[in-house]
Amino acid sequence: MRKILALLVILTLLISAVPALSQDMVELRIRWYNDGNEGEVLRDLLDRYEMDNPGLSIEIDTVPYSAILENLPLDLAAGEGPDMARVTDLGGLAEYYLDMTPYLSDPAYWEENFGPFLNWKRLPGDMSSIPGFMTQLTITGPFINRTLFEQAGVDVPSDMSDQVTWDEWAAASVAVAEALEIPYPMAMDRSGHRFAGPAISSGAMYFDDMGHPTVMDEGFRSMAETFVNWHLDGTMHPEMWPLSEGYAGANEEFANAELVFYMSGSWQVGQFSEQIGDAFDWQTVPNPCGPGGCTGMPGGAALVGIASTEHPEEVAAVMEYLASQEVLGEFAARTLFIPAHAGLSASGVDFDTDLQLAKDSLGVFVGQVGTLEQTAFDLQAYGNNRTVFNASRDRLTQAMVGELTLDEAIARIQDDIDTALAEQG
Amino acid sequence: MATSPSPANRNVPQMRLFVWLDPLTRPLLLLLVSAVDRVLTPIQRRVGIDKMGYFFVLPNLLIFGIFVLFPMLLNFYYAMTGGTKLFPEDRPFIGLGNFNNLFDCGDFLSPNSCQEDLFWRGIFNTIQFVVFQVSGIVVFSLLTALVLNRKIVARGFFRSVFFYPVLLSPVVVALIWKWVLQHEGVLNAIVEIFGGESTRWLLDTNWALFWVVFVSVWALMGFYTLILLAGLQSIPPELYEASSIDGANNWQDFRFVTMPLLMPTMFVVLVLSLIRAVQMFDQIYVLTGGGPGTRTQLLVQYIYTTGFSNQIQLFGLSAAASMVLGITLLILTLLQLRLGNQSSLA
Repeated sequence: MRKILALLVILTLLISAVPALSQDMVELRIRWYNDGNEGEVLRDLLDRYEMDNPGLSIEIDTVPYSAILENLPLDLAAGEGPDMARVTDLGGLAEYYLDMTPYLSDPAYWEENFGPFLNWKRLPGDMSSIPGFMTQLTITGPFINRTLFEQAGVDVPSDMSDQVTWDEWAAASVAVAEALEIPYPMAMDRSGHRFAGPAISSGAMYFDDMGHPTVMDEGFRSMAETFVNWHLDGTMHPEMWPLSEGYAGANEEFANAELVFYMSGSWQVGQFSEQIGDAFDWQTVPNPCGPGGCTGMPGGAALVGIASTEHPEEVAAVMEYLASQEVLGEFAARTLFIPAHAGLSASGVDFDTDLQLAKDSLGVFVGQVGTLEQTAFDLQAYGNNRTVFNASRDRLTQAMVGELTLDEAIARIQDDIDTALAEQG
Repeated sequence: MATSPSPANRNVPQMRLFVWLDPLTRPLLLLLVSAVDRVLTPIQRRVGIDKMGYFFVLPNLLIFGIFVLFPMLLNFYYAMTGGTKLFPEDRPFIGLGNFNNLFDCGDFLSPNSCQEDLFWRGIFNTIQFVVFQVSGIVVFSLLTALVLNRKIVARGFFRSVFFYPVLLSPVVVALIWKWVLQHEGVLNAIVEIFGGESTRWLLDTNWALFWVVFVSVWALMGFYTLILLAGLQSIPPELYEASSIDGANNWQDFRFVTMPLLMPTMFVVLVLSLIRAVQMFDQIYVLTGGGPGTRTQLLVQYIYTTGFSNQIQLFGLSAAASMVLGITLLILTLLQLRLGNQSSLA
């Protein structure tokens, strides 16, 4: 009995001593999601940093993308957030970001290299805070399965013209699908952000003269009508938008050569390199054109410090390491992400792939930066843009299945936006 | 005839257990019992033995209060507030404003005329789902229980087969059926073998509701079948012998013996399945995402979307909708219990 009690006492002392022994160890947590291999690359980079900084441990909590959109905001509002997080709702969460300026050894480096994108992560009126850096710049745009075009004997429209309209792409994709009995001529990610590019190309302004978001214009209506009709006549993947909640993609259909034309974005290049490789010729083509231009949408993900962290100096130090030109260049090269860094844009990135298809695809996306309309940049920089995007996505879906007429759907989009903004105050 | 075991026999397993655990557990158990005794005896002396029951349920009441009652009260408060802030003290009090928004309708039968059209679509979809799903569960669980209560070949095997879907996660169930029902899925392959044309089962608004109901009945009926089977087996066989002597046929047995005695169990099934049907979310969310459009979007999904998945999260509106749901459930349950009591008395 005595022995047992003595054993218990020793065990208790040992357990209580563990935290004391590790008191000097600083642990930082990063909330992260993956599109491709970027989590592995980040872990590798952080392992090196940890080796040089023995008192620091950095844990990556990898979660589904939906958890970044839905759970992270609640955690941040409750003050329960991580030390750093990878986010895409850049402006929407700006109130929770850490301004790292006082802790950075060279704030000018950040302004110089990330300047145009820092505003995306700032609150309105804030012109100086440095909350983090873009892990990648993304640009929306279409992928095509070129092999299917060749097998069907249909000319690829962008081979013949620099400015191909959406209707021309639709006609060509349908022709390919019919010739080869491919189930889906076209698909677009189920996302209001993805729809915004084509809408702006059709003339949608997205903001009124007062800067208030609006969809009540002919440009938006025109693209919305075309888009809904494409779902009704089978041009677009008929199930993806009507039978999903939230975001949905057609990656699998495209990778399985069941889809001719896929409107998505540059973040898919890494995944397609892995999944498809050179099994068929996949290609990025310039964004289709309309009366408003030939634009996609810019976007991207950022790694930001969170203001509630207990270790702001350590967070800033890790950020400085990851945002340095050398490390960020390696990250971009290995993940096949387009860097949002002026120095890297100037020097170029030698992407770490032997696949020419991937290099060509990234080249097309980089070339698209110059064709993006100002409205697209403004919409991306708008803090409540997801309210506009989500309302567009959900109400247009209702129009596709006949629950609302197109005009009712557009009126509801506007009403949803106005109600949410009014509630926010 | 069964005989009760002698005290000596009864203690044999426990004695063995204690012998086995003796070196480590016995002194610890004694230590624990004496510690509990030291705490409880003075309390019992003070409050009296009659009130010790309250003391023992106190931990459970505390857990209930913290995790059920307090959130309910908090939800009630949120329903009376506006804005988008998370913490109650940051939220402006707006009284019944959220309820006014929910019930602001030109015509209650036309969701498009309502300010919160998705709330009303959720209500109508929930009503349809509950009516069909609960009816399906009651009817098919009863039929299955009646069959499985008979002396059929491989009865044990069939009882297991009907219960297995209950063990699966709702997400797994939904993914399996999504695979079956998709355009290039198993069902269409079978239809095509028999010369039929493939159909987009989940894209058609009527078929989508049918399949959502079908899948949930398939997934859950095993549980209710088990309850009804227990009810059937508790009916004394002498009653069937007596009715047989009176010349009753199978239908009369069912009508005048089985059903009246099974009615209390049926009410349990009805109440449980109704509550579960109204709360249905995960399975449908994965199977159809609430679609096509909002055809299978139930009220719980509206609450979730409004409160959590939008960029500007309307917690107040979401809380108000959940209160409407909670009150409706409470009324339905009380109504059913009352009907059940009346039926038992009759």
